[in-house]
Amino acid sequence: MNEMSAVTLARPGLTGFEALRDDFPILSQTVHGKPLVFLDSAASAMKPAQVIDAMSDTMRTQYANVHRGLHWMSERTTDAYEGVRDKVARLLNAPSRDEIIFTQNSTGAINLLAHSFGATLARGQAVVISEMEHHSNIVPWQMLRDRAGIELRVARVTDAGELDLDHLAELLADGRAGLVAVTHMSNVLGTVTPAAGIARLAHAHGAKLMLDGSQAVVHRAVDVQALDADFYVFTGHKLYGPSGIGVLWGRTSLLETMPPFLGGGDMISTVSFEESRWAELPHRFEAGTPAIIEAIGLGAAIDYVQAIGFDALQAHEADLTAHALARLQAIEGLQVLGHAADRGGVISFTLENAHAHDIATLLDRNGIAVRAGNHCAEPLMRRLGVNSTARASFGLYTTKREIDLLAETLEQVRVFFA
Amino acid sequence: MQGPQATTADPMSDLYQQLIVERARAPHRAGVLEPADGGAEGDNPFCGDRVQVTVRLGADGGVAESRHRTRGCAICTASADLMAESVEGLQRPAIASLYERFGAMLQSGESGTTDSLGLLAAFRSLHEYRSRIRCATLPWTALLDAMSEAAGPGSGRKDT
Ligand SMILES: Cc1ncc(COP(=O)(O)O)c(C=O)c1O
Repeated sequence: MNEMSAVTLARPGLTGFEALRDDFPILSQTVHGKPLVFLDSAASAMKPAQVIDAMSDTMRTQYANVHRGLHWMSERTTDAYEGVRDKVARLLNAPSRDEIIFTQNSTGAINLLAHSFGATLARGQAVVISEMEHHSNIVPWQMLRDRAGIELRVARVTDAGELDLDHLAELLADGRAGLVAVTHMSNVLGTVTPAAGIARLAHAHGAKLMLDGSQAVVHRAVDVQALDADFYVFTGHKLYGPSGIGVLWGRTSLLETMPPFLGGGDMISTVSFEESRWAELPHRFEAGTPAIIEAIGLGAAIDYVQAIGFDALQAHEADLTAHALARLQAIEGLQVLGHAADRGGVISFTLENAHAHDIATLLDRNGIAVRAGNHCAEPLMRRLGVNSTARASFGLYTTKREIDLLAETLEQVRVFFA
Repeated sequence: MQGPQATTADPMSDLYQQLIVERARAPHRAGVLEPADGGAEGDNPFCGDRVQVTVRLGADGGVAESRHRTRGCAICTASADLMAESVEGLQRPAIASLYERFGAMLQSGESGTTDSLGLLAAFRSLHEYRSRIRCATLPWTALLDAMSEAAGPGSGRKDT
Protein backbone atom coordinates (compact mmCIF):
# COMPACT_ATOMS: atom_id res chain seq x y z
CA MET A 1 0.00 0.00 0.00
CA ASN A 2 2.95 2.34 0.48
CA GLU A 3 3.33 3.32 -3.13
CA MET A 4 0.02 5.11 -2.75
CA SER A 5 1.74 7.93 -0.94
CA ALA A 6 3.46 8.78 -4.21
CA VAL A 7 0.16 9.99 -5.65
CA THR A 8 0.06 13.68 -5.02
CA LEU A 9 -3.17 15.56 -4.88
CA ALA A 10 -1.90 19.07 -5.30
CA ARG A 11 -1.27 20.30 -8.82
CA PRO A 12 -0.38 23.75 -10.06
CA GLY A 13 -2.75 25.75 -12.23
CA LEU A 14 -5.96 25.00 -10.41
CA THR A 15 -9.14 26.17 -12.03
CA GLY A 16 -12.82 26.24 -11.19
CA PHE A 17 -13.82 23.89 -8.45
CA GLU A 18 -10.27 22.90 -7.61
CA ALA A 19 -9.47 26.47 -6.73
CA LEU A 20 -12.32 26.37 -4.20
CA ARG A 21 -10.43 23.75 -2.22
CA ASP A 22 -8.31 26.57 -0.85
CA ASP A 23 -11.41 27.85 0.93
CA PHE A 24 -11.51 24.68 3.07
CA PRO A 25 -8.60 24.85 5.52
CA ILE A 26 -9.08 21.28 6.73
CA LEU A 27 -8.32 19.84 3.31
CA SER A 28 -4.64 20.55 3.79
CA GLN A 29 -4.48 18.20 6.77
CA THR A 30 -2.82 14.84 6.49
CA VAL A 31 -4.17 11.64 8.01
CA HIS A 32 -1.83 8.75 8.80
CA GLY A 33 0.83 10.69 6.93
CA LYS A 34 -1.27 10.87 3.75
CA PRO A 35 -3.16 13.83 2.29
CA LEU A 36 -6.75 13.78 3.51
CA VAL A 37 -9.14 12.46 0.86
CA PHE A 38 -12.51 13.23 2.36
CA LEU A 39 -15.24 11.15 0.74
CA ASP A 40 -17.75 11.31 3.59
CA SER A 41 -19.49 14.60 2.89
CA ALA A 42 -22.94 13.01 2.97
CA ALA A 43 -22.39 12.39 6.69
CA SER A 44 -21.22 15.94 7.25
CA ALA A 45 -19.46 18.36 4.95
CA MET A 46 -16.29 20.34 5.61
CA LYS A 47 -16.57 24.07 6.22
CA PRO A 48 -15.17 26.91 4.12
CA ALA A 49 -13.25 29.73 5.80
CA GLN A 50 -16.20 32.01 5.03
CA VAL A 51 -18.37 30.00 7.45
CA ILE A 52 -15.65 29.67 10.06
CA ASP A 53 -14.95 33.40 9.93
CA ALA A 54 -18.60 34.43 10.06
CA MET A 55 -19.01 32.43 13.25
CA SER A 56 -15.84 33.55 14.94
CA ASP A 57 -16.39 37.18 13.88
CA THR A 58 -19.79 37.02 15.51
CA MET A 59 -18.27 35.89 18.78
CA ARG A 60 -15.39 38.36 18.50
CA THR A 61 -17.22 41.47 17.48
CA GLN A 62 -20.97 41.34 17.51
CA TYR A 63 -22.77 39.01 19.86
CA ALA A 64 -25.65 39.10 22.34
CA ASN A 65 -28.89 37.24 22.84
CA VAL A 66 -31.52 37.83 20.18
CA HIS A 67 -35.06 39.21 20.38
CA ARG A 68 -34.67 40.44 23.94
CA GLY A 69 -32.05 43.12 24.45
CA LEU A 70 -32.81 46.76 23.89
CA HIS A 71 -29.15 47.43 23.38
CA TRP A 72 -27.03 47.81 20.29
CA MET A 73 -25.35 44.40 20.43
CA SER A 74 -28.63 42.54 20.77
CA GLU A 75 -30.27 44.51 17.98
CA ARG A 76 -27.38 43.88 15.58
CA THR A 77 -27.23 40.19 16.47
CA THR A 78 -31.00 39.89 16.01
CA ASP A 79 -30.64 41.47 12.58
CA ALA A 80 -27.94 38.99 11.62
CA TYR A 81 -29.90 36.02 12.94
CA GLU A 82 -33.17 37.08 11.32
CA GLY A 83 -31.29 37.88 8.12
CA VAL A 84 -30.49 34.19 7.83
CA ARG A 85 -34.20 33.44 7.79
CA ASP A 86 -34.46 35.55 4.65
CA LYS A 87 -31.53 33.69 3.12
CA VAL A 88 -33.11 30.31 3.84
CA ALA A 89 -36.43 31.53 2.42
CA ARG A 90 -34.62 32.51 -0.79
CA LEU A 91 -32.69 29.21 -0.85
CA LEU A 92 -35.93 27.24 -0.81
CA ASN A 93 -38.00 29.84 -2.66
CA ALA A 94 -40.42 29.87 0.25
CA PRO A 95 -43.29 32.32 -0.16
CA SER A 96 -42.70 33.85 3.27
CA ARG A 97 -39.78 34.20 5.66
CA ASP A 98 -42.17 33.51 8.54
CA GLU A 99 -42.49 29.95 7.28
CA ILE A 100 -38.82 29.23 8.06
CA ILE A 101 -38.37 27.62 11.46
CA PHE A 102 -34.91 27.02 12.86
CA THR A 103 -34.36 23.67 14.53
CA GLN A 104 -31.34 21.78 15.77
CA ASN A 105 -30.99 19.64 12.64
CA SER A 106 -33.17 17.57 10.32
CA THR A 107 -33.92 15.21 13.16
CA GLY A 108 -35.19 18.11 15.26
CA ALA A 109 -37.32 19.36 12.37
CA ILE A 110 -38.93 15.98 11.76
CA ASN A 111 -39.60 15.45 15.46
CA LEU A 112 -41.22 18.87 15.60
CA LEU A 113 -43.41 17.94 12.67
CA ALA A 114 -44.29 14.51 14.04
CA HIS A 115 -45.32 16.13 17.29
CA SER A 116 -47.09 19.25 16.08
CA PHE A 117 -48.47 18.23 12.70
CA GLY A 118 -49.03 14.78 14.18
CA ALA A 119 -51.35 16.42 16.72
CA THR A 120 -53.60 17.58 13.87
CA LEU A 121 -54.07 14.02 12.60
CA ALA A 122 -56.97 11.94 13.83
CA ARG A 123 -56.68 8.42 15.22
CA GLY A 124 -56.90 5.99 12.33
CA GLN A 125 -55.23 8.31 9.84
CA ALA A 126 -51.93 7.21 8.33
CA VAL A 127 -48.47 8.57 7.67
CA VAL A 128 -46.64 7.12 4.66
CA ILE A 129 -42.86 6.90 4.58
CA SER A 130 -40.63 4.81 2.30
CA GLU A 131 -38.16 1.97 2.62
CA MET A 132 -35.26 4.30 1.92
CA GLU A 133 -35.62 6.68 4.83
CA HIS A 134 -32.94 7.67 7.28
CA HIS A 135 -33.77 6.55 10.83
CA SER A 136 -34.60 10.18 11.61
CA ASN A 137 -37.54 9.96 9.20
CA ILE A 138 -38.73 6.64 10.61
CA VAL A 139 -38.49 6.73 14.38
CA PRO A 140 -40.42 9.98 15.04
CA TRP A 141 -43.35 8.55 13.04
CA GLN A 142 -43.21 5.26 14.93
CA MET A 143 -43.38 7.25 18.14
CA LEU A 144 -46.40 9.12 16.77
CA ARG A 145 -47.99 5.84 15.76
CA ASP A 146 -47.57 4.38 19.23
CA ARG A 147 -48.69 7.55 20.99
CA ALA A 148 -51.63 8.62 18.83
CA GLY A 149 -52.96 5.57 17.03
CA ILE A 150 -51.69 6.70 13.66
CA GLU A 151 -50.98 3.99 11.14
CA LEU A 152 -47.49 3.92 9.65
CA ARG A 153 -47.29 2.76 6.04
CA VAL A 154 -44.10 2.08 4.14
CA ALA A 155 -43.79 2.54 0.38
CA ARG A 156 -41.50 0.08 -1.34
CA VAL A 157 -38.29 0.76 -3.16
CA THR A 158 -37.62 -0.95 -6.51
CA ASP A 159 -34.55 -3.05 -7.20
CA ALA A 160 -33.10 -0.06 -9.04
CA GLY A 161 -33.32 1.87 -5.80
CA GLU A 162 -36.19 4.14 -6.81
CA LEU A 163 -39.37 4.88 -4.97
CA ASP A 164 -42.11 2.50 -6.17
CA LEU A 165 -44.73 5.07 -7.16
CA ASP A 166 -47.35 2.44 -7.95
CA HIS A 167 -47.05 1.08 -4.45
CA LEU A 168 -47.17 4.59 -3.03
CA ALA A 169 -50.40 5.18 -4.96
CA GLU A 170 -51.83 1.95 -3.50
CA LEU A 171 -50.97 3.07 0.01
CA LEU A 172 -52.75 6.38 -0.59
CA ALA A 173 -55.80 4.91 -2.31
CA ASP A 174 -58.08 4.68 0.73
CA GLY A 175 -57.66 8.40 1.44
CA ARG A 176 -56.67 7.82 5.05
CA ALA A 177 -53.14 9.10 4.75
CA GLY A 178 -52.69 12.57 6.20
CA LEU A 179 -49.02 12.87 5.35
CA VAL A 180 -46.43 11.45 3.02
CA ALA A 181 -42.94 11.95 4.53
CA VAL A 182 -40.17 10.82 2.19
CA THR A 183 -36.62 11.63 1.33
CA HIS A 184 -35.81 13.99 -1.52
CA MET A 185 -32.46 12.23 -1.98
CA SER A 186 -31.34 8.97 -0.42
CA ASN A 187 -28.28 9.15 1.81
CA VAL A 188 -27.47 5.54 0.89
CA LEU A 189 -28.29 5.15 -2.80
CA GLY A 190 -28.01 8.73 -3.99
CA THR A 191 -31.47 8.36 -5.57
CA VAL A 192 -33.24 11.66 -6.14
CA THR A 193 -36.97 11.12 -5.75
CA PRO A 194 -39.50 12.68 -8.17
CA ALA A 195 -40.75 15.16 -5.62
CA ALA A 196 -43.21 17.08 -7.79
CA GLY A 197 -44.84 13.84 -8.91
CA ILE A 198 -45.05 12.60 -5.33
CA ALA A 199 -46.68 15.89 -4.34
CA ARG A 200 -49.33 15.49 -7.06
CA LEU A 201 -50.00 11.94 -5.95
CA ALA A 202 -50.21 12.85 -2.28
CA HIS A 203 -52.47 15.83 -2.87
CA ALA A 204 -54.77 13.86 -5.16
CA HIS A 205 -55.46 11.59 -2.18
CA GLY A 206 -55.81 14.33 0.40
CA ALA A 207 -52.37 13.91 2.00
CA LYS A 208 -49.73 16.54 2.66
CA LEU A 209 -46.10 16.05 1.64
CA MET A 210 -42.96 16.45 3.73
CA LEU A 211 -39.63 16.12 1.94
CA ASP A 212 -36.47 15.24 3.84
CA GLY A 213 -34.03 17.45 1.96
CA SER A 214 -30.99 16.69 4.14
CA GLN A 215 -29.04 15.44 1.12
CA ALA A 216 -30.92 17.06 -1.75
CA VAL A 217 -30.48 20.65 -0.65
CA VAL A 218 -26.72 20.24 -0.92
CA HIS A 219 -26.81 19.19 -4.54
CA ARG A 220 -29.83 20.79 -6.17
CA ALA A 221 -31.65 24.07 -6.40
CA VAL A 222 -34.78 23.47 -4.34
CA ASP A 223 -37.99 25.36 -5.05
CA VAL A 224 -40.66 24.31 -2.60
CA GLN A 225 -43.33 26.15 -4.57
CA ALA A 226 -42.44 24.52 -7.88
CA LEU A 227 -42.33 21.12 -6.12
CA ASP A 228 -45.65 21.95 -4.44
CA ALA A 229 -44.39 20.46 -1.18
CA ASP A 230 -46.06 21.24 2.15
CA PHE A 231 -43.06 20.80 4.43
CA TYR A 232 -39.34 20.67 3.71
CA VAL A 233 -36.54 19.92 6.17
CA PHE A 234 -32.77 20.09 5.99
CA THR A 235 -29.74 20.22 8.24
CA GLY A 236 -26.99 22.86 8.15
CA HIS A 237 -23.90 20.72 8.63
CA LYS A 238 -24.27 18.86 5.34
CA LEU A 239 -24.57 22.17 3.46
CA TYR A 240 -21.05 23.27 4.45
CA GLY A 241 -22.51 25.01 7.50
CA PRO A 242 -22.06 24.21 11.19
CA SER A 243 -23.75 21.46 13.17
CA GLY A 244 -26.51 22.44 15.58
CA ILE A 245 -28.74 24.25 13.09
CA GLY A 246 -31.47 22.87 10.85
CA VAL A 247 -34.59 24.10 9.12
CA LEU A 248 -38.25 23.23 8.88
CA TRP A 249 -40.18 25.02 6.19
CA GLY A 250 -43.95 24.67 6.20
CA ARG A 251 -46.90 26.38 4.57
CA THR A 252 -48.35 29.12 6.77
CA SER A 253 -51.84 27.63 6.48
CA LEU A 254 -50.55 24.37 8.00
CA LEU A 255 -48.15 25.80 10.55
CA GLU A 256 -50.96 27.92 11.94
CA THR A 257 -53.06 24.89 12.75
CA MET A 258 -50.21 23.18 14.61
CA PRO A 259 -49.71 23.38 18.37
CA PRO A 260 -46.21 24.32 19.60
CA PHE A 261 -43.60 21.63 20.17
CA LEU A 262 -41.35 22.93 22.95
CA GLY A 263 -42.55 25.52 25.44
CA GLY A 264 -40.44 28.28 26.92
CA GLY A 265 -39.08 31.72 26.21
CA ASP A 266 -39.39 33.31 22.77
CA MET A 267 -42.37 31.19 21.72
CA ILE A 268 -45.05 33.07 23.67
CA SER A 269 -46.63 36.47 23.49
CA THR A 270 -48.01 36.63 27.06
CA VAL A 271 -47.60 34.28 29.99
CA SER A 272 -49.60 34.03 33.18
CA PHE A 273 -49.97 31.05 35.44
CA GLU A 274 -53.44 30.48 34.06
CA GLU A 275 -52.52 30.49 30.42
CA SER A 276 -49.98 31.54 27.84
CA ARG A 277 -50.55 32.87 24.37
CA TRP A 278 -48.41 31.62 21.57
CA ALA A 279 -46.22 33.93 19.61
CA GLU A 280 -46.74 34.45 15.90
CA LEU A 281 -44.96 32.32 13.33
CA PRO A 282 -42.16 31.42 13.17
CA HIS A 283 -41.31 32.12 16.82
CA ARG A 284 -44.08 29.86 18.10
CA PHE A 285 -41.87 26.95 17.13
CA GLU A 286 -38.57 28.35 18.36
CA ALA A 287 -38.55 28.06 22.13
CA GLY A 288 -35.54 29.27 24.07
CA THR A 289 -32.34 30.95 22.94
CA PRO A 290 -31.74 29.66 19.44
CA ALA A 291 -28.47 28.50 17.90
CA ILE A 292 -27.50 32.09 17.11
CA ILE A 293 -23.91 31.56 16.04
CA GLU A 294 -24.75 28.42 14.11
CA ALA A 295 -27.57 30.18 12.27
CA ILE A 296 -25.16 32.92 11.23
CA GLY A 297 -22.74 30.22 10.05
CA LEU A 298 -25.55 28.66 8.03
CA GLY A 299 -26.21 32.04 6.45
CA ALA A 300 -22.58 32.24 5.37
CA ALA A 301 -22.78 28.72 3.96
CA ILE A 302 -25.86 29.61 1.93
CA ASP A 303 -24.10 32.71 0.58
CA TYR A 304 -21.16 30.52 -0.31
CA VAL A 305 -23.05 27.89 -2.32
CA GLN A 306 -25.27 30.47 -3.96
CA ALA A 307 -22.24 32.42 -5.12
CA ILE A 308 -21.05 29.25 -6.89
CA GLY A 309 -24.54 28.54 -8.16
CA PHE A 310 -26.50 25.31 -8.08
CA ASP A 311 -26.26 24.81 -11.84
CA ALA A 312 -22.49 24.65 -11.55
CA LEU A 313 -22.65 22.53 -8.38
CA GLN A 314 -24.98 20.04 -10.00
CA ALA A 315 -22.93 19.79 -13.18
CA HIS A 316 -19.73 19.29 -11.18
CA GLU A 317 -21.32 16.60 -9.11
CA ALA A 318 -22.80 14.81 -12.14
CA ASP A 319 -19.34 14.78 -13.68
CA LEU A 320 -17.74 13.36 -10.51
CA THR A 321 -20.49 10.78 -10.05
CA ALA A 322 -20.25 9.51 -13.62
CA HIS A 323 -16.48 9.25 -13.28
CA ALA A 324 -16.76 7.44 -9.95
CA LEU A 325 -19.37 4.98 -11.20
CA ALA A 326 -17.20 4.12 -14.18
CA ARG A 327 -14.07 3.67 -12.07
CA LEU A 328 -15.76 1.69 -9.29
CA GLN A 329 -17.77 -0.60 -11.53
CA ALA A 330 -14.58 -1.57 -13.31
CA ILE A 331 -13.35 -3.21 -10.10
CA GLU A 332 -13.90 -6.96 -10.08
CA GLY A 333 -16.42 -8.05 -7.46
CA LEU A 334 -17.50 -4.51 -6.65
CA GLN A 335 -21.25 -4.03 -6.58
CA VAL A 336 -22.81 -0.55 -6.57
CA LEU A 337 -26.16 -0.49 -4.79
CA GLY A 338 -29.01 1.04 -6.76
CA HIS A 339 -28.94 2.50 -10.21
CA ALA A 340 -31.60 5.15 -10.17
CA ALA A 341 -31.91 7.23 -13.32
CA ASP A 342 -31.77 10.43 -11.29
CA ARG A 343 -29.01 10.24 -8.71
CA GLY A 344 -26.55 12.41 -6.85
CA GLY A 345 -22.99 12.02 -5.61
CA VAL A 346 -23.53 9.34 -3.00
CA ILE A 347 -22.40 5.83 -3.92
CA SER A 348 -22.80 2.77 -1.70
CA PHE A 349 -21.02 -0.39 -2.64
CA THR A 350 -19.96 -3.81 -1.49
CA LEU A 351 -16.82 -5.67 -2.44
CA GLU A 352 -16.72 -9.42 -2.69
CA ASN A 353 -14.81 -11.05 0.19
CA ALA A 354 -14.17 -7.71 1.90
CA HIS A 355 -16.44 -6.44 4.65
CA ALA A 356 -17.32 -2.73 4.61
CA HIS A 357 -15.49 -2.13 7.90
CA ASP A 358 -12.32 -3.74 6.66
CA ILE A 359 -12.55 -1.65 3.50
CA ALA A 360 -13.03 1.53 5.52
CA THR A 361 -10.08 0.76 7.79
CA LEU A 362 -7.75 0.07 4.89
CA LEU A 363 -8.88 3.18 3.04
CA ASP A 364 -8.52 5.27 6.19
CA ARG A 365 -4.89 4.27 6.58
CA ASN A 366 -4.39 5.70 3.12
CA GLY A 367 -5.96 8.96 4.17
CA ILE A 368 -9.28 8.17 2.47
CA ALA A 369 -12.37 8.74 4.62
CA VAL A 370 -15.51 6.81 3.65
CA ARG A 371 -18.47 5.71 5.69
CA ALA A 372 -19.15 2.05 6.44
CA GLY A 373 -22.10 0.45 8.13
CA ASN A 374 -25.84 0.72 7.80
CA HIS A 375 -25.90 4.51 7.26
CA CYS A 376 -28.74 4.98 9.75
CA ALA A 377 -31.00 3.16 7.30
CA GLU A 378 -31.32 -0.37 8.66
CA PRO A 379 -34.65 -1.11 6.95
CA LEU A 380 -33.18 -0.17 3.56
CA MET A 381 -30.18 -2.43 4.19
CA ARG A 382 -32.57 -5.28 4.90
CA ARG A 383 -34.53 -4.50 1.74
CA LEU A 384 -31.32 -4.61 -0.29
CA GLY A 385 -30.21 -7.81 1.40
CA VAL A 386 -26.97 -6.44 2.80
CA ASN A 387 -25.78 -5.90 6.36
CA SER A 388 -23.51 -3.03 5.69
CA THR A 389 -21.99 -1.17 2.80
CA ALA A 390 -19.14 1.21 2.24
CA ARG A 391 -20.19 4.62 0.98
CA ALA A 392 -18.24 7.28 -0.87
CA SER A 393 -19.91 10.67 -1.08
CA PHE A 394 -18.73 13.83 -2.74
CA GLY A 395 -18.60 17.49 -1.88
CA LEU A 396 -17.92 20.51 -4.04
CA TYR A 397 -14.21 20.13 -3.17
CA THR A 398 -13.97 16.52 -4.36
CA THR A 399 -11.66 15.93 -7.33
CA LYS A 400 -11.44 13.21 -9.94
CA ARG A 401 -7.92 12.44 -8.77
CA GLU A 402 -9.31 11.67 -5.33
CA ILE A 403 -11.81 9.31 -6.92
CA ASP A 404 -9.00 7.69 -8.90
CA LEU A 405 -7.08 7.22 -5.68
CA LEU A 406 -10.14 5.60 -4.12
CA ALA A 407 -10.46 3.22 -7.06
CA GLU A 408 -6.77 2.32 -7.04
CA THR A 409 -6.77 1.67 -3.31
CA LEU A 410 -9.96 -0.40 -3.55
CA GLU A 411 -8.26 -2.52 -6.17
CA GLN A 412 -5.48 -3.21 -3.66
CA VAL A 413 -8.03 -4.01 -0.97
CA ARG A 414 -9.70 -6.45 -3.35
CA VAL A 415 -6.44 -8.21 -4.09
CA PHE A 416 -5.59 -8.33 -0.39
CA PHE A 417 -8.81 -10.10 0.57
CA ALA A 418 -9.17 -12.16 -2.62
CA MET B 1 -0.79 24.33 10.45
CA GLN B 2 -1.10 20.67 11.25
CA GLY B 3 -3.52 19.05 13.61
CA PRO B 4 -2.72 16.10 15.84
CA GLN B 5 -1.23 13.31 13.82
CA ALA B 6 -2.45 9.78 13.70
CA THR B 7 0.07 7.01 13.36
CA THR B 8 1.26 5.84 10.00
CA ALA B 9 1.25 2.12 10.69
CA ASP B 10 0.40 0.02 7.66
CA PRO B 11 -2.72 -2.02 8.44
CA MET B 12 -1.84 -4.66 5.87
CA SER B 13 1.14 -5.68 7.91
CA ASP B 14 0.13 -4.83 11.47
CA LEU B 15 -3.63 -5.21 11.81
CA TYR B 16 -4.42 -7.70 9.09
CA GLN B 17 -1.76 -10.22 9.97
CA GLN B 18 -1.64 -13.39 7.98
CA LEU B 19 -3.24 -15.39 10.78
CA ILE B 20 -6.20 -13.02 10.95
CA VAL B 21 -6.76 -12.91 7.20
CA GLU B 22 -6.50 -16.70 6.96
CA ARG B 23 -8.98 -17.33 9.75
CA ALA B 24 -11.38 -14.76 8.32
CA ARG B 25 -11.22 -16.45 4.96
CA ALA B 26 -11.32 -20.06 6.19
CA PRO B 27 -12.32 -20.35 9.85
CA HIS B 28 -11.39 -23.55 11.72
CA ARG B 29 -14.21 -23.43 14.24
CA ALA B 30 -17.16 -22.23 12.16
CA GLY B 31 -20.55 -23.81 12.64
CA VAL B 32 -23.27 -24.52 15.15
CA LEU B 33 -23.11 -27.35 17.69
CA GLU B 34 -26.20 -29.49 17.80
CA PRO B 35 -26.99 -30.39 20.45
CA ALA B 36 -25.26 -27.78 22.58
CA ASP B 37 -25.13 -27.02 26.30
CA GLY B 38 -25.34 -23.30 25.74
CA GLY B 39 -25.68 -20.81 22.93
CA ALA B 40 -25.95 -17.07 22.54
CA GLU B 41 -25.80 -14.32 19.95
CA GLY B 42 -23.92 -11.06 19.93
CA ASP B 43 -25.10 -8.16 17.77
CA ASN B 44 -23.44 -4.95 16.81
CA PRO B 45 -26.23 -2.67 15.64
CA PHE B 46 -23.79 -0.16 14.15
CA CYS B 47 -22.52 -2.48 11.48
CA GLY B 48 -25.02 -5.32 11.44
CA ASP B 49 -22.41 -7.84 12.55
CA ARG B 50 -23.74 -10.90 14.33
CA VAL B 51 -21.98 -13.77 16.03
CA GLN B 52 -23.70 -16.91 17.20
CA VAL B 53 -21.67 -19.01 19.65
CA THR B 54 -22.52 -22.52 20.82
CA VAL B 55 -20.64 -24.50 23.47
CA ARG B 56 -20.54 -28.06 24.64
CA LEU B 57 -19.14 -28.67 28.11
CA GLY B 58 -16.95 -31.52 29.33
CA ALA B 59 -17.39 -33.48 32.55
CA ASP B 60 -15.28 -30.91 34.42
CA GLY B 61 -17.56 -28.04 33.34
CA GLY B 62 -14.93 -26.71 30.95
CA VAL B 63 -15.49 -26.06 27.26
CA ALA B 64 -15.13 -29.28 25.36
CA GLU B 65 -16.05 -27.69 22.06
CA SER B 66 -17.12 -24.31 20.83
CA ARG B 67 -18.32 -23.15 17.43
CA HIS B 68 -19.24 -19.77 16.01
CA ARG B 69 -21.36 -18.63 13.13
CA THR B 70 -20.22 -15.15 12.22
CA ARG B 71 -21.61 -12.61 9.83
CA GLY B 72 -19.08 -9.87 10.11
CA CYS B 73 -15.83 -8.27 9.14
CA ALA B 74 -12.45 -9.98 9.00
CA ILE B 75 -11.57 -8.85 12.52
CA CYS B 76 -14.81 -10.15 13.99
CA THR B 77 -14.68 -13.48 12.16
CA ALA B 78 -11.02 -14.14 12.98
CA SER B 79 -11.58 -13.13 16.59
CA ALA B 80 -14.50 -15.53 16.92
CA ASP B 81 -12.46 -18.31 15.40
CA LEU B 82 -9.32 -17.81 17.46
CA MET B 83 -11.48 -17.41 20.56
CA ALA B 84 -13.27 -20.70 19.94
CA GLU B 85 -9.93 -22.43 19.59
CA SER B 86 -8.33 -20.71 22.58
CA VAL B 87 -11.05 -21.52 25.11
CA GLU B 88 -11.18 -25.25 24.49
CA GLY B 89 -10.43 -27.06 27.71
CA LEU B 90 -10.92 -23.94 29.84
CA GLN B 91 -13.43 -23.50 32.64
CA ARG B 92 -15.43 -20.35 33.04
CA PRO B 93 -13.07 -18.49 35.45
CA ALA B 94 -10.13 -19.14 33.14
CA ILE B 95 -12.18 -17.90 30.16
CA ALA B 96 -13.19 -14.75 32.02
CA SER B 97 -9.57 -14.14 32.94
CA LEU B 98 -8.44 -14.70 29.35
CA TYR B 99 -11.05 -12.28 28.07
CA GLU B 100 -9.95 -9.71 30.64
CA ARG B 101 -6.34 -9.97 29.51
CA PHE B 102 -7.42 -9.90 25.85
CA GLY B 103 -9.47 -6.77 26.50
CA ALA B 104 -6.57 -5.13 28.33
CA MET B 105 -4.28 -5.83 25.41
CA LEU B 106 -6.80 -4.34 22.96
CA GLN B 107 -6.93 -1.17 25.04
CA SER B 108 -3.21 -0.78 25.62
CA GLY B 109 -1.49 -2.67 22.86
CA GLU B 110 1.00 -3.72 25.53
CA SER B 111 2.87 -6.75 24.46
CA GLY B 112 3.99 -7.38 28.04
CA THR B 113 0.58 -8.80 28.78
CA THR B 114 0.35 -10.91 25.68
CA ASP B 115 2.61 -13.83 26.59
CA SER B 116 -0.23 -15.86 27.97
CA LEU B 117 -2.58 -14.89 25.17
CA GLY B 118 -1.20 -17.27 22.61
CA LEU B 119 -2.82 -16.88 19.20
CA LEU B 120 -4.92 -13.99 20.48
CA ALA B 121 -1.81 -11.81 20.52
CA ALA B 122 -2.37 -11.44 16.77
CA PHE B 123 -4.84 -8.66 17.62
CA ARG B 124 -2.27 -6.58 19.47
CA SER B 125 -2.29 -3.67 17.03
CA LEU B 126 -6.04 -3.28 17.19
CA HIS B 127 -5.56 -0.70 19.91
CA GLU B 128 -4.48 1.67 17.14
CA TYR B 129 -7.88 1.22 15.52
CA ARG B 130 -10.16 2.24 18.33
CA SER B 131 -13.38 2.11 16.33
CA ARG B 132 -12.67 -1.54 15.54
CA ILE B 133 -12.11 -2.92 19.05
CA ARG B 134 -15.77 -3.83 19.37
CA CYS B 135 -15.37 -6.06 16.30
CA ALA B 136 -12.96 -8.26 18.25
CA THR B 137 -14.84 -8.30 21.56
CA LEU B 138 -18.29 -9.08 20.14
CA PRO B 139 -17.69 -12.86 19.94
CA TRP B 140 -16.48 -12.90 23.55
CA THR B 141 -19.63 -11.32 24.91
CA ALA B 142 -21.60 -13.95 23.01
CA LEU B 143 -19.39 -16.72 24.42
CA LEU B 144 -19.80 -15.54 28.01
CA ASP B 145 -23.58 -15.43 27.50
CA ALA B 146 -23.46 -18.95 26.07
CA MET B 147 -21.47 -20.10 29.13
CA SER B 148 -24.00 -18.50 31.46
CA GLU B 149 -26.77 -20.28 29.67
CA ALA B 150 -24.92 -23.58 29.95
CA ALA B 151 -24.38 -23.04 33.68
CA GLY B 152 -27.77 -21.51 34.40
CA PRO B 153 -30.87 -23.04 35.95
CA GLY B 154 -32.52 -25.52 33.72
CA SER B 155 -29.28 -25.92 31.84
CA GLY B 156 -28.55 -29.06 30.01
CA ARG B 157 -28.01 -30.12 26.50
CA LYS B 158 -30.37 -28.53 24.02
CA ASP B 159 -31.02 -28.75 20.38
CA THR B 160 -30.45 -25.27 19.03
C1 LIG C 1 -31.45 11.71 4.33
C2 LIG C 1 -31.09 12.14 5.72
N1 LIG C 1 -32.08 12.49 6.58
C3 LIG C 1 -31.82 12.92 7.81
C4 LIG C 1 -30.53 13.01 8.30
C5 LIG C 1 -30.32 13.45 9.70
O1 LIG C 1 -29.61 14.64 9.79
P1 LIG C 1 -29.23 15.18 11.24
O2 LIG C 1 -28.47 14.09 11.91
O3 LIG C 1 -28.40 16.39 10.98
O4 LIG C 1 -30.50 15.49 11.94
C6 LIG C 1 -29.48 12.64 7.45
C7 LIG C 1 -28.07 12.68 7.88
O5 LIG C 1 -27.56 12.03 8.71
C8 LIG C 1 -29.78 12.21 6.15
O6 LIG C 1 -28.80 11.85 5.31
